[in-house]
Amino acid sequence: MDWPALKLSLLLALATTLILVPLAVALARELSVRRFRGKSLVEALMALPLVLPPTVLGFYLLAAFGGNSALGQAYHSLTGRALVFTFDGLLLASLIFNLPFALQPVQRAFEAIPRDVRDAAWCCGLTRWQALWRIELPLAWPGVLGAIVLTFAHTLGEFGVVLMVGGNISGETRTVAIAIYDKVQAFDDHGAAIMSAALVAFSFISISLIHWLGKRVGRHE
Amino acid sequence: MSEMLQVTLRQRAPIPLDAEIICAPGELLALVGPSGSGKSTILRCIAGLHTATEGEVRCGRETWFNGGVNKGGVNLPPQTRRVGLVFQNYALFPHLSAVENVATALGHLPAVARLARSRELLARVHLQGLEERRPPALSGGQQQRVAVARALARVLDHEPAVLLLDEPFSAVDQVTRRKLQGELARLRRDLNIPIVLVTHDLDEARMLADRITILHRGVTLQSGAPDEVLTRPRDAAVARLVHLTNLFEGTLRASAVSGGQPRLEWYQHSLEIERDSGFAADSRVCWVIAPEHVILHQRVRPSAGERENPLSGTLIDCTRLGPVTHLALAIDGNPHRPLAFTVPTHVATRNDLKPGDTIGVSLLAAGIHLMPWESLDERRGD
Repeated sequence: MDWPALKLSLLLALATTLILVPLAVALARELSVRRFRGKSLVEALMALPLVLPPTVLGFYLLAAFGGNSALGQAYHSLTGRALVFTFDGLLLASLIFNLPFALQPVQRAFEAIPRDVRDAAWCCGLTRWQALWRIELPLAWPGVLGAIVLTFAHTLGEFGVVLMVGGNISGETRTVAIAIYDKVQAFDDHGAAIMSAALVAFSFISISLIHWLGKRVGRHE
Repeated sequence: MSEMLQVTLRQRAPIPLDAEIICAPGELLALVGPSGSGKSTILRCIAGLHTATEGEVRCGRETWFNGGVNKGGVNLPPQTRRVGLVFQNYALFPHLSAVENVATALGHLPAVARLARSRELLARVHLQGLEERRPPALSGGQQQRVAVARALARVLDHEPAVLLLDEPFSAVDQVTRRKLQGELARLRRDLNIPIVLVTHDLDEARMLADRITILHRGVTLQSGAPDEVLTRPRDAAVARLVHLTNLFEGTLRASAVSGGQPRLEWYQHSLEIERDSGFAADSRVCWVIAPEHVILHQRVRPSAGERENPLSGTLIDCTRLGPVTHLALAIDGNPHRPLAFTVPTHVATRNDLKPGDTIGVSLLAAGIHLMPWESLDERRGD
């Protein structure tokens, strides 16, 4: 069992979820109420990671993060670290390829709130922030929960983008999915089987837990 | 006077508006018009949920909106306007109980006082015992009451403020509607703020309102007491909107018969009208008569009223609708525009009325209302 790989996978999934879901809520709230020119183009762009092969996305991210790219150089001068083959780059890539998984459930949930209900909140004297916190978010909660589950699970399972951007460095970028691939390549079927089973069990438990927690919170007691 | 709600609004899109409404404190103004006439948009402008291109919304000494050519530049957000708005589908917060829904609008009170005040308001709309229920567990009528209590929570004990009701009775069955209308009539007696009721139902407006404003395609056409607007429309357009179907053209003629008082010439008939019609002799006019001013000449028992403007004609329709019977009469000499009126069904039965009969009616002079002339022929489908 490759414990560092499991730890890294969990850390990546947790960090991605914690950073991305609040961002997705803010973005989804705006997209659900605003109309502007080119809105469908923006939405299509953000849904692109759903349909692109992970290697294609990984290739572009690799090019964008590389030491010769503007982004890579800016990051290096700020932090002294690189974006390719590091956990930092892996996290950034993870935020990008998970965006549609976090955004879409939340956006659908916000769109399902009738305009009158939001208007009524404002007419009751609630500020925009209070209305979001006390009326809109509780009503959109199932969508937020869906975003959490999808983002977490999808990060645990992602393989192509991780390999392209992160490579396979133990303790830095080697996630469980990549460790399993390694074991199979090395004809260590026993090791691969143990880790696969562990990943299945862990994913199942964590998703059940999130669902259970979400239902308790969703009851507003 | 100073606490009046005064609204003028103008815009071209998304729907054209050229509206002017005034509502005094304690007064209930019904804004009446067909669907799509801009009633809800006007309410949204008052509440601050929609911004018109031009105009002004003043409530008492406060200016809530002032925009347009001279750019006063005031446009307060809904949160700072004291508006209690009852939405057409109530727009209750489905995840909150009735008492929490009402308490949401009590942000101006200290937190500890909100729930008690909220219960008090729910009791006022007769919802004791249902405070902890969420909207999905309440009936339509109960949801409407929560919406009214929530709107009151926002406006009571605060001036200036307005209460806005957007078709508040349209989503409930008729029995509940009558009951809720009665409750509103009682509730408003204690309210000393302007109340604006949006409705497309003329009967509802007549029952509940102190004044009516008629709205058509975003334009406020006429305001006044309900009886005034509904029986003495300003012009043919308003007459159609208030469903006065007895709408005809005629000409005023000076006459020796009435001592120089002009009479209304209509086909071969010469009708007596009230004095001071405001129109000069020989002018063409449009005129209406409300059905209640058309009196049937009873075959069995003639009465004194028959001397006033007697006419005869052929009955072309006789439809019994429970206690009243609707009649349509082709007046002699004018077969194209029938005269519509109603009689109690027992009268229709006693007189054995049926289509094809020749009957006599009187048009009461007090009920004949003259309006500026316009051609009635090509205007169809309004």
